[in-house]
Amino acid sequence: MPVANHKTTVPVVVDEEKCIADKGCRVCIDVCPLDVLLIDEVTGKAHMHYDECWYCMPCEKDCPTDAVTVNIPYLLS
Amino acid sequence: MKVSEIKTVEMDVLVIGGGTGGPLAAVTVKEENPDLDVMLLEKANVKRSGAISMGMDGLNNAIIPGRATPEQYVKEITTANDGIVHQKAVLAYAERSYDMIQKLDSWGVHFQKDETGDYDVKKVHHMGSYVLPMPEGHNVKKILYRRLRRNRVKVENRYQATRLLKDRDGKIAGAFAVNTRTSEPMLIRAKAVIMATGAAGRLGLPTSGYLYGTYENPTNVGDGHAMAYHAGADLANLECYQINPLLKDYNGPACAYVTGPLGGYTANAQGERFIECDYWSGQMMLEFYRELEGGKGPVYLKVDHLAEETIQEIETVLHTNERPSRERFHAGRGTNYREHMLEMHISEVGFCSGHSASGVWINEHGETTVPGLYAAGDMGSVPHSYMLGAFVYGQICGESAARYVGDWNDAPLDDALVAAELERVMAPLNAEDGIPPEQMEYKVRRLVNDYLQPPKVTKKMEIGLSRILQVREDLSKLHARDPHELLRALEVHSIVDCAEMAARASMARKESRWGLYHYSIDYPERDDENWFCHSRLYKGEDGAMCTGTRPVDPYIIPLDDDELSAYQSMRIENTDEVAAE
Repeated sequence: MPVANHKTTVPVVVDEEKCIADKGCRVCIDVCPLDVLLIDEVTGKAHMHYDECWYCMPCEKDCPTDAVTVNIPYLLS
Repeated sequence: MKVSEIKTVEMDVLVIGGGTGGPLAAVTVKEENPDLDVMLLEKANVKRSGAISMGMDGLNNAIIPGRATPEQYVKEITTANDGIVHQKAVLAYAERSYDMIQKLDSWGVHFQKDETGDYDVKKVHHMGSYVLPMPEGHNVKKILYRRLRRNRVKVENRYQATRLLKDRDGKIAGAFAVNTRTSEPMLIRAKAVIMATGAAGRLGLPTSGYLYGTYENPTNVGDGHAMAYHAGADLANLECYQINPLLKDYNGPACAYVTGPLGGYTANAQGERFIECDYWSGQMMLEFYRELEGGKGPVYLKVDHLAEETIQEIETVLHTNERPSRERFHAGRGTNYREHMLEMHISEVGFCSGHSASGVWINEHGETTVPGLYAAGDMGSVPHSYMLGAFVYGQICGESAARYVGDWNDAPLDDALVAAELERVMAPLNAEDGIPPEQMEYKVRRLVNDYLQPPKVTKKMEIGLSRILQVREDLSKLHARDPHELLRALEVHSIVDCAEMAARASMARKESRWGLYHYSIDYPERDDENWFCHSRLYKGEDGAMCTGTRPVDPYIIPLDDDELSAYQSMRIENTDEVAAE
């Protein structure tokens, strides 16, 4: 079945300077109800991988280094 | 993979869903009998899962001695739900409400108290006073998590339950589950199962078109409704949809419980009140809908007339609890509570007893119609239960399950059913290509909006059902590239099940009831002579989806005529006078 890649902006932004996922932190990934955050295999930092956000904010509130910002998804902003 | 290779664990009680009612159920089983093995299965992580992942701003149905009685509350909910109520189940909640508040208080959940130290109850409902603010309600999940740890409940995060298991005698025997990160299956053998999987919140499509912009936490997809159905349990009153008044484009509740007691209200475009009572009921939603459609809309939340300190108080509550990204939404839009009325709209449809009455049928003991299977919270059928109802029915189910496992006899599983489930679950990963889950989900939810939303029209329902059944045929074409997409693919199975249920239940009830929730164009009048009954939806002997009726139990708390019709006159006819008060 032929498929196309669908490009989309995602609402969760991770500041790679502040993110300590490369040191083993998994807080934002653990608390996300939708499980949309993953580790980037190249940088070792967290990022939003699936565009399935409820903009509920545990990832931002629970981040120990204030690296995560949750924006309102573009479609409803 | 063969059935014999599936990891299998044995438990006394399995609780599915670690949001609100689930943790209470698991803790209660351990409090009743610490020797019982209890597993809490959670699709996300219990630290931040379910409807209250970011806490809650208040109790909507607190029955505090001196302010309200259980009998008054049962009357209020009976009339708010147009009489179709299993009063024993509402009374069981009401009688335990205060004890649960005190239990939560002792655990560290703080409720607002007045200067004399009494609970600071507010009036929002039409008749009685039941709303108790929780300005520090952001920490509820942390407190529940501590209780799970203290009571040594075995927590399994990131597991999606897919089907309930039964033994050869037809009793509940556990569940089939899949790890959402590895796609590893697991069989949980259990003597009793308590389901607390929340609302079916990914049924309709929000008007923004964003699949995850739902009122409910999108993890609450209706898995439990689908699992209960396939296990042979009765579902009740599914045509009594959940439809809520929300901010336009933002999935946060707007008005009644937080701003109402402080002077805010729902207004039309002229800034006038048009409804007597902002408590969320079908009748209120019907007036909301009429105002939107009748040329006096949009409908607004009006707080711009309030004093600065009052607005600050509202902002503090709304921006720190439940849906805190609301502040960011307003900042982005340039809307400010002080300067403007805030545009509101009608949410997508779903099943949720927390706000309406639709769900898996349970009685006053939390029992479904399947032996050994219990349901609590938004997925159960006790109307207008909200968060406190989920806690109380979690407790009731925990007590019932702890009693039930005492006299249970081991019986073997039906291996053929397990093998069939393994095949169904793994099919999207095993497929080489096919339809992405997101695309199929969008399609079926768009059909729900086009054909199943009120006002309900029989012909549209028939078209919608046939189109949904076409999507059902496509389920075998789902393709998942990784375990996360498998999670979504299996959720699409549940969404299709729930969409079919919504259509069939809506077509079965040939009257209008519950205001907008079941507003039928073909049958516009309420018909107590023929339809004063619960509706049933269940899986028939031949596997087909069936509908039927269940009589309403005789009332244990009778209502007089005035009380019975209290929610029928919501509209304020002369809006000018009231607005000028």
